[in-house]
Amino acid sequence: MPGQRVFLHSRTLPVRMVAPSLKLQDLIEEIRGAKTQAQEREVIQKECAHIRASFRDGDPVHRHRQLAKLLYVHMLGYPAHFGQMECLKLIASSRFTDKRVGYLGAMLLLDERHDAHLLITNSIKNDLSQGIQPVQGLALCTLSTMGSAEMCRDLAPEVEKLLLQPSPYVRKKAILTAVHMIRKVPELSSVFLPPCVHLLHERHHGKAVGLPILCFSSVDRRIENRMGTPAHRRRVAHTHRHTRNRLSCPWPPPFTSPTLTPGILLGTITLITELCERSPAALKHFRKVVPQLVQILRTLVTTGYSTEHSISGVSDPFLQVQILRLLRILGRNHEESSETMNDLLAQVATNTDTSRNAGNAVLFETVLTIMDIHSAAGLRVLAVNILGRFLLNSDRNIRYVALTSLLRLVQSDHSAVQRHRPTVVDCLQETDASLSRRALELSLALVNSSNVRAMMQELQAFLESCPPDLRADCASGILLAAERFAPTKRWHIDTILHVLTTAGTHVRDDAVANLTQLIGGAQELHAYSVRRLYNALAEDISQQPLVQVAAWCIGEYGDLLLEGNCEEIEPLQVDEEEVLALLEKVLQSHMSLPATRGYALTALMKLSTRLQGDNNRIRQVVSIYRSCLDVELQQRAVEYDTLFRKYDHMRAAILEKMPLVERDGPQADEEAKQSKEAAQLSEAAPAPTESQASQLLDLLDLLDRASGDAQHPPPLDPSPGGALVYLLDLPCAPPPPAPIPDLKVFEREGVQLNLSFIRPPENPALLLITITATNSSEGDVTNFICQAAVPKSLQLQLQAPSGNTVPARGGLPITQLFRILNPNKAPLRLKLRLTYNHFHQSVQEIFEVNNLPVESWQ
Amino acid sequence: MLEESREELMRFMLLFSRQGKLRLQKWYLATSDKERKKMVRELMQVVLARKPKMCSFLEWRDLKVVYKRYASLYFCCAIEGQDNELITLELIHRYVELLDKYFGSVCELDIIFNFEKAYFILDEFLMGGDVQDTSKKSVLKAIEQADLLQEEDESPRSVLEEMGLA
Repeated sequence: MPGQRVFLHSRTLPVRMVAPSLKLQDLIEEIRGAKTQAQEREVIQKECAHIRASFRDGDPVHRHRQLAKLLYVHMLGYPAHFGQMECLKLIASSRFTDKRVGYLGAMLLLDERHDAHLLITNSIKNDLSQGIQPVQGLALCTLSTMGSAEMCRDLAPEVEKLLLQPSPYVRKKAILTAVHMIRKVPELSSVFLPPCVHLLHERHHGKAVGLPILCFSSVDRRIENRMGTPAHRRRVAHTHRHTRNRLSCPWPPPFTSPTLTPGILLGTITLITELCERSPAALKHFRKVVPQLVQILRTLVTTGYSTEHSISGVSDPFLQVQILRLLRILGRNHEESSETMNDLLAQVATNTDTSRNAGNAVLFETVLTIMDIHSAAGLRVLAVNILGRFLLNSDRNIRYVALTSLLRLVQSDHSAVQRHRPTVVDCLQETDASLSRRALELSLALVNSSNVRAMMQELQAFLESCPPDLRADCASGILLAAERFAPTKRWHIDTILHVLTTAGTHVRDDAVANLTQLIGGAQELHAYSVRRLYNALAEDISQQPLVQVAAWCIGEYGDLLLEGNCEEIEPLQVDEEEVLALLEKVLQSHMSLPATRGYALTALMKLSTRLQGDNNRIRQVVSIYRSCLDVELQQRAVEYDTLFRKYDHMRAAILEKMPLVERDGPQADEEAKQSKEAAQLSEAAPAPTESQASQLLDLLDLLDRASGDAQHPPPLDPSPGGALVYLLDLPCAPPPPAPIPDLKVFEREGVQLNLSFIRPPENPALLLITITATNSSEGDVTNFICQAAVPKSLQLQLQAPSGNTVPARGGLPITQLFRILNPNKAPLRLKLRLTYNHFHQSVQEIFEVNNLPVESWQ
Repeated sequence: MLEESREELMRFMLLFSRQGKLRLQKWYLATSDKERKKMVRELMQVVLARKPKMCSFLEWRDLKVVYKRYASLYFCCAIEGQDNELITLELIHRYVELLDKYFGSVCELDIIFNFEKAYFILDEFLMGGDVQDTSKKSVLKAIEQADLLQEEDESPRSVLEEMGLA
């Protein structure tokens, strides 16, 4: 292996006898030499067996080595719980080597969940009081890493003692251990508060600063009174007794060396920070030292520290950051403190060297502090500008923190952040997705009514090229911003259209509904919208939301599409066949989702009332889909087909254009449409073809005279309203209770005529007859006209037929609806006259319909 | 009362190789062994999937992760809340400098074969996730003293003693 180390005790020794244990490094080598996972496991299991045996035998000499090996395999993921007790033994040993490994083991293998962890409390206590600095260091480190709440309570007095040790090495460690203890047991704040103040009072380089030394006992009592449960109070009182006793000694205790090393200052600031976060009393207390903190930081920044404590030319950035953090906590929600630090913050913000990360780290912390306290407006702008400069930094990490911070500030300091909008937009081009995502979020947050056009342009350009996982957010962000700030409806429609074209598959489900509602509500833009959507659809039928909206639009406003003139768009020459073909293409495409096909089918159906030509093509499509495997489509097709055949009189009314919907109102769904349609049906009653009816009266006269069976007409029922009222009552689909059987009334050379009857239950006087002409012959039937006559006492209305051609071999039938009002329930008699061309011959047939079922008039 | 969660706390530091082998794990918040393993596995996957041109910060679970690759080793810190990621980068760099000074041009093998030393150095530099001393000199001096104490402690052994025969 290249770079392999050669160790002093390599295995040139004779064969292992009586199991002398492997050295740690030898074991590591052996493990690394294993070629497979299985081999590694074997080596380790074998060694662990040795280790376990060694532990059992209680070999004190090699114990530290055995544990070290165990810790190594533990890091590889193997179990090491059987080493826990060995940690205790090693810690208790007097040899430093043992303690070193033992404490390490304790930190790695023991945690507060194990009962064993409490057992090291005593050892720690002993080690803390022994006075050997490295040992004290180990003990403190272990306590601060894995000390449980119980251990912290037990050992607080010891740690407190060490805060006053002359040795700066131990003191600084004790201070940071106190930080951990307060985290675990917040009540211990009261123990560590007094020494903190004192530590801060000490000044390095022997300079003394006059600071009133507080009366600690009163501070204690105040804090004590805030204690919670009696159990808490007892426990704290216990430690307090300890403290109070010592308070009777002169305070501060005499020191041999008053110098405060930087390490201690750093630790002290950290401890004070922790105290202020945990205890409102401490917070209030330390607000008094804000001036002193300001002075310390100012000195640090201006006259500088030793080079030993500088990083990249910045004086002790760790200390600067820590002080800034503390100032943040003290200045938060406190005007006076905030004011005291304003100047200093401005000074740090402007004087810090920004060429390296260390300086930028300090600058960043300054910005965080400025934004969190009550700073002057100018200072806040300065902070935002620093972040703006960060955005231009070549270091990606700095741009990241800038974007994150600006995101947090964009609401509270909107105008200040707006100034950096161009830079933010540039960041959309970041190659790192976490940066571009933040840039996107920030850009969207910066959109307002004055910059919306420019911003949307940028964002739409971004949408076209952005990474796929940002597409959805970008699309929905654009749509939302468009909704809030659209300068004109047309711009809004254009924007949505563009989003649907670019990222159609990534938009949210309600985008379709929103767009249809938007278009529906903008009457002046119907022509424009339908044209644009038609063009878009003609180009690409794969983007489902777009296709759905386009289909809906074409269905609704197909008439406008064919009109051919709209000022805002290039003139478009589209003929009906093209439109129908496009919709059929959508219907048939395998790319279309079932919902999309539903839209297309409905659109086709609507066009049957919008277009001028005959509806044969549409009827054909509808008919085909009656047997579609998709149940939803099948149902629609069946219903639409029925609409053609039996309810043709209602078709135009039902397929009317949707009324303009309030943007904020409920979505116009089918039910609303129906109810609104119903209100409009009064205008939509189809004009009866009266001319035909009058022609046949002569025939009827003949009938009447011939039969002589005319019954005496019973008194007239006062019919409620007129035809219009009945239409309103008519349900769309449900069949009458007892369906009257169909009747075949005519057949000639494959041409057949059937009658079907409907008596709407709400209106007993009304009879609806639908005639259906079918053609099973080899020749087409053309120019088909059907006329009818009924007795005088009945009223007849003929509706327009669906067409006048029945193609050969079972081609699409012709249907026509007769409406007969028979208020007197006179016996129904019906005479029909048919004329058509078939096999190049003119055919005329006149006949009376026999066997009319009595249900049709009784 | 102020919020329970501390503003800044380093949860843990991990060192691992590009092949996903753990070289050091220091946990500053009590976590069970099982939970640790899970988190380590997950985080390693996330970090190893990062491309070289990406920034050193990422969000994972409810934490911020600051990582930097030095040669074949990833140094990874998980910090909380409103932390200053930039200073954490400095912290990581400081640690690497300390290792470098101690081992003399440190490489991954040094950390593998002397993992306990890597821990000792870390424990002299950070305590509870907080920086003890900004001075490299100070930290290295402390390690030196501890090493000396260890050497003095270990009285010279004979080869036979080593083999367990005396």
